[in-house]
Amino acid sequence: MQNKEDRQKLLAQQTLSKINEVENHGTRRYPHRLNFYDKPPLGDITIEDFETCALDRLRILAEIESSFVRNRSWDELKNITITQSDKFLQLNSNSAWTLDLESQRRKDHVGHFVLRLAFCRSEDLRRRFVKAETALFRVRFDSDDGEENLEFLKSRDFGWEEVTADEVEEHFKELQTAAASANREPNPKERYCKVRWTRVPDLIEKRRVFLKGGMAYVPSREQSSIVFQEFQNSLMKSLEMTAKALPFLDEDTRIVPILNNLSQGFLAGVSSEWSTATAGSGNEITADMIDDMARKHFPACMRNLHECLRRDKHLKHFGRLQYGLFLKVLGLSIDEAISFWRRSFSNIQDDKFNKEYRYNIRHSFGLEGKRANYPAKSCQQILTSDQPGTGDSHGCPYRHFSPDNLQTALLSMYSSQGLTSADLPEIMHTVKAGHYHVACTRVFEITHARQGVAKGEGVGSGESVTHPNQYAARSRELERERDGDNGKKEDDGDVVMMG
Amino acid sequence: MSDTEVSPEIMLAFYKRLYPYKSIFGWLNHEHTPTRRFTHREWAFTLPPDTYVRYQSFADADELKKQVCQLNPTRFEIGPVYSAKPRDRKTVRAANFTPQLRELVFDIDMTDYDEIRTCCSGAGICKRCWAFIAAAVRVLDRAIRDQFGYKYLLWVYSGRRGIHLWISDKEAMELTDEQRRALVGWLTVIQGGKEMKKKVNVRQGTKSLPPGIQMSLESLRTIFHRLILEDQDCFAEEEGWETLLQLISEPSVTRRLRAKWEIKSRSSEEKWEDVKREARADKGGKIHDNMVAAMEDIVLQYTYPRLDAEVSKHRNHLLKAPFCVHPKTGRVCVPVDPSSIDSFRPERVPTVSQLLRELDEAGASAGAEATEHHSDWQKTSLKPYVDMLDRHVAALMEEVRRAKREAGPDRSW
Ligand SMILES: [Zn+2]
Repeated sequence: MQNKEDRQKLLAQQTLSKINEVENHGTRRYPHRLNFYDKPPLGDITIEDFETCALDRLRILAEIESSFVRNRSWDELKNITITQSDKFLQLNSNSAWTLDLESQRRKDHVGHFVLRLAFCRSEDLRRRFVKAETALFRVRFDSDDGEENLEFLKSRDFGWEEVTADEVEEHFKELQTAAASANREPNPKERYCKVRWTRVPDLIEKRRVFLKGGMAYVPSREQSSIVFQEFQNSLMKSLEMTAKALPFLDEDTRIVPILNNLSQGFLAGVSSEWSTATAGSGNEITADMIDDMARKHFPACMRNLHECLRRDKHLKHFGRLQYGLFLKVLGLSIDEAISFWRRSFSNIQDDKFNKEYRYNIRHSFGLEGKRANYPAKSCQQILTSDQPGTGDSHGCPYRHFSPDNLQTALLSMYSSQGLTSADLPEIMHTVKAGHYHVACTRVFEITHARQGVAKGEGVGSGESVTHPNQYAARSRELERERDGDNGKKEDDGDVVMMG
Repeated sequence: MSDTEVSPEIMLAFYKRLYPYKSIFGWLNHEHTPTRRFTHREWAFTLPPDTYVRYQSFADADELKKQVCQLNPTRFEIGPVYSAKPRDRKTVRAANFTPQLRELVFDIDMTDYDEIRTCCSGAGICKRCWAFIAAAVRVLDRAIRDQFGYKYLLWVYSGRRGIHLWISDKEAMELTDEQRRALVGWLTVIQGGKEMKKKVNVRQGTKSLPPGIQMSLESLRTIFHRLILEDQDCFAEEEGWETLLQLISEPSVTRRLRAKWEIKSRSSEEKWEDVKREARADKGGKIHDNMVAAMEDIVLQYTYPRLDAEVSKHRNHLLKAPFCVHPKTGRVCVPVDPSSIDSFRPERVPTVSQLLRELDEAGASAGAEATEHHSDWQKTSLKPYVDMLDRHVAALMEEVRRAKREAGPDRSW
């Protein structure tokens, strides 16, 4: 023991003196823990290094992406990322007693640049890579030593301008209300810098700053936003440039398969099991089964769309999209889909239907236009994209209905399946807290209690609802299980519990 | 011929003799000689009966005119400036065909006000409900100028029941989709579908409104009084005042007010006074604070601009070109001066058949197919509108010249 501690100390001291030595000579390659990755790594890289650095980094990025997909909170994401980084990609502060900051940082640097090559090739990959990399950068920035962050920030020009005391005075009232409405404790001594608003779109989108003449007045507490944005923008630009240069690079044939492999690994990291049609798997349904299925198996969002469609004999664009893709994945074939929509839009003349809707239905099946087989929308997408406008029926009732209407709707949809008004307070409580998927999962449990689903069981093994098709599929599965059992039991009348 | 008539023959005459191609060219191009802003710009044509032709692009105004007259579309739309000429897109790699520049656009449509307006519904529009659009124009025009600092705003009547805004400032043209989304987020106040009663949720508890919205609120208070209380009388019927009570959501107060309003018919103005009185009665208390916040939110819910967010968020969204003709009304989509928006009357906007009649009456040489008609619009009531666009273009071009001078000599020559 004694021996080992001594050795560690000795090594640490050596390292520190080594760093100091390098610092004195001004030749340290990585003065900061954080890196904006403006320059590619220098020197030769072995093919093994090339692959390991990239794979280890990829593990972390894939975990980050899956955190986004699973809607984990920022703190959860941060903890998971830190744990994973400790395993695969250690990166310590200058103050750390570690042996080899330089080689840690070089691994970080090399890994990043290899993955750039792998992920620059399509817009989708670029977007996801930038998102995951920015999150990683943010995790590191948040967990870094404040002093070192300041040093790092000084090494780069962010184009921000100090707001003078006079100017703070002039806009005092607006600055204070901006702070209050962003839920920041108003601080009369707060210091501000200003930047073009385009540098801080996240602060603008959430109205967290005062904005005048295109300049955002960013309080010092929010300045990291500018840094993250800058990281994200410059990475996106670099990736686009790499993408343009890539076909003309003299590609090393040993590298190409590695790159292909890497980008596929990232793609597989995300769950997409509900994104493709189930047609051909024995799950086909027909247009006239839908009324019955809606009553028995649909989550509230789809029940609502179905009922609106029956009532109004029409649905607006996003409603058609959300419902149409759901039905497609449920197993409605293109012909059945056209027949379903044709009959549902009963107020519309044939030629109008053929002109305005047929194409779009075929398009959503990938038979027109760019022939993409569009996946059904997940809860995440329904909750966050294409917010319903004032006359729209799409979206998630748990989120987009007012509390009164939601309660009425739930009772009218599900009381035949066992939901009572006594269940509502609990559901409304989770809705109020913003846990819409929890509320939906709870409704699933209540309405499937007769099939033996217990509280907390969710759509199976405690899983919560993340996709309308998952909800419906599980509900149908339970029905099939029960029907299978009932086949034997019905003759005997009541079921008697044995043993 | 009837004023609303829009036959293919009428449209062709309009495209040949009246459409102001030169002005539109200058407006999109920002300079006299064609730049990428024009040559790499996407145009899309709607052809009768229902064909939609995308990815058209043109070298200059003459080429545009030639194609428009040849295809004789019912209307055409303007898209983004791409990294390559849209008509060549099949010959370039997909990665090299991406939208680069685009005016920042907004679309405000009367249908989004259906749940509020009492005078008309659906496609209908009258002088009274145009006041909603006028309020939206005033608030949005000011917010964009003051807060975002943009100067080159062009408002265009959509031909029936709405209005479009096109912003051509350099920075606005260059915004990424992410930045557009952020800007729309900043400006969006009304949210939630038809099942959501309370559509304004922009503050923390009863804390003050964010500064930008606070500024808009000041001008909306007067509009609320004039438009919602006096003119539209939105709280006269039970459905209307029930909504009002739900938005106040102070049980003790709403109970008292409901009891009062059920027995005696009171105008919207009187009802609003009742609400104010209830708030004052609790001065310094929690109910007072809640109600003051709720009342501000109500003013916003009834008068704040209702934006079609999807139109503004994406660079590659196509929007109908100014001076197109609305196929149902026959009216031309003319530019509108935001400073006199209150006196704008949609029904006074010239229709295409009226313009052609004016042209004939002015004695423009009939049957002169060979002569060019570049400035025939000068002889018609289209003139003030084209002049308005030309003034806008002149200012825009001056700005571009100034920026170029400041940037120093152009070495690319
Ligand atoms: Zn009206």
